[in-house]
Amino acid sequence: MIVAEKKPFAQIKQMVQDRKKIMIMGCGTCVAVCMAGGEKEVELLASQMRLSNKLAGKNVEIIEATVTRQCDREYMESVLDKARECDAVISMACGVGIQLLSDLIEEIPVYPGVNTRFIGTNESEGVWLERCMMCGDCILGETGGICPIAICAKGLVNGPCGGTNKGKCEVSSEKDCAWTLIYRRLEKQGKLDNIRAIFPPKKHGLHVNPIRQTNEAYLHAEMEEAHHG
Amino acid sequence: MAKKTFKEALNSGKFVVTTEIGPTKGTNIEEMLHHIDILKDKVDAINVTDNQSSVMRICSLAVCKLIKEKGGEPILQMTCRDRNRMALESDLLGANILGINNVLCLTGDYISVGDHIDAKPVFDIESVQLVQTVRLMEQGKDLGGNALNGPLKFCCGAIVTPEADPIEPQLMKFEKKIKAGAEFIQTQAIYDIDNFKKFMQYARKFPDVKIMAGIVLLTGAGMAKYMNANVPGIFVPQSLIDELAAAPKGGGLKAGIAIAGRMVKQLKDEKICDGVHIMAIGREGVVPDILAAAGL
Repeated sequence: MIVAEKKPFAQIKQMVQDRKKIMIMGCGTCVAVCMAGGEKEVELLASQMRLSNKLAGKNVEIIEATVTRQCDREYMESVLDKARECDAVISMACGVGIQLLSDLIEEIPVYPGVNTRFIGTNESEGVWLERCMMCGDCILGETGGICPIAICAKGLVNGPCGGTNKGKCEVSSEKDCAWTLIYRRLEKQGKLDNIRAIFPPKKHGLHVNPIRQTNEAYLHAEMEEAHHG
Repeated sequence: MAKKTFKEALNSGKFVVTTEIGPTKGTNIEEMLHHIDILKDKVDAINVTDNQSSVMRICSLAVCKLIKEKGGEPILQMTCRDRNRMALESDLLGANILGINNVLCLTGDYISVGDHIDAKPVFDIESVQLVQTVRLMEQGKDLGGNALNGPLKFCCGAIVTPEADPIEPQLMKFEKKIKAGAEFIQTQAIYDIDNFKKFMQYARKFPDVKIMAGIVLLTGAGMAKYMNANVPGIFVPQSLIDELAAAPKGGGLKAGIAIAGRMVKQLKDEKICDGVHIMAIGREGVVPDILAAAGL
């Protein structure tokens, strides 16, 4: 899932300081699970803004809305009319949702209510860990299901650096050494031979952003459209 | 007589001695030039560190060239932290045409341990792949698969941390570096010679690679304790800490020089490894004293 964190309230407040009617739009998927931009967080931010405006003697209308997925056009239709009546929208979705919303209501400025950080797992209550860097050339089959690109700070593919530290990383004792984890897991699987060969340099040419991907089934239709359109 | 190249020294069967220069952070290079002057004829080669500890300094290549001009034998340290594969390859070519023929391939410390914490860490390739790249370019090709108009030629080395914990993944990487074509290995600092002997027993399974033990000068008991607590892969035994602590006030450096000299002598006399790499971090001026204490 995509993991985000709430932006500081002061920063949000400043972005929309002259606005009179503001919509705060949450997303019910990833950012709801990581407690950064779901319905509850929308409600909380709305209350904070109402209180803050009241204390400052400002008359600002705050509207709340949360859709199932802000990155998906079909879920957005229902809220667009209401959004267009506002003079600003704070999107609590990830960077993808924020951009789609802005595309859909072009004239109305959309401001980010969260910082989008990584894709990862929920490790324990309230804790998330980055797990995938979306390199487009997955080697998890060789590395025991542990990604050295994401878990090693340096993204090393040929083993640990000299900073490996009793299973932790030179960068921080909070971070695991990916290569200690990989080595131990492959040892358990009897698959250490997987990592004895030298891995070649990563193909960064596979990731020229923004990447566009079309499902095979739709390729033909897209080509037709390009031809006739 | 012209000075031997580092490769000639490595292959001569003699006990090889290298040391390192950490380039200046700024353009006032008098002290660094002085260090080069007093070291260049006392060692077989001088490593020049590459933004060591992720602290921005003069580039290694420029200082290698200065050493060369002064008649010394430089080893270009190259880390993969600050340059992508194109930049590394073009610096390798640049070094070679300037007469710099030795390179030490490292991954590099992470950005956040240094003085530019918001810089982008590169790590496009890493140490094993950098050794491979050197060997590839010696075959007249680059990483893009293109032909070079004239191949390069390097005496190419890498590093290992014999005290790494856990050691097995570290040794697996060491073997990859040798497989990739490293001719020599300079180790991270070692202080426990019995432990190091165990490592050497293993390393001797690879007779073609020359192993140089890393000797980092201790300047006091405080530094030793600090390194034990904070530098991964470094272990200073209690006996050495006690020896440093017993030194009279202000005598820590002198005791450290004696310890380093004694270790070098033992490594040489007992033929434990093929040479030493002496790192006097910020105290380059006392390297001749360490050599004298070792009887070199």
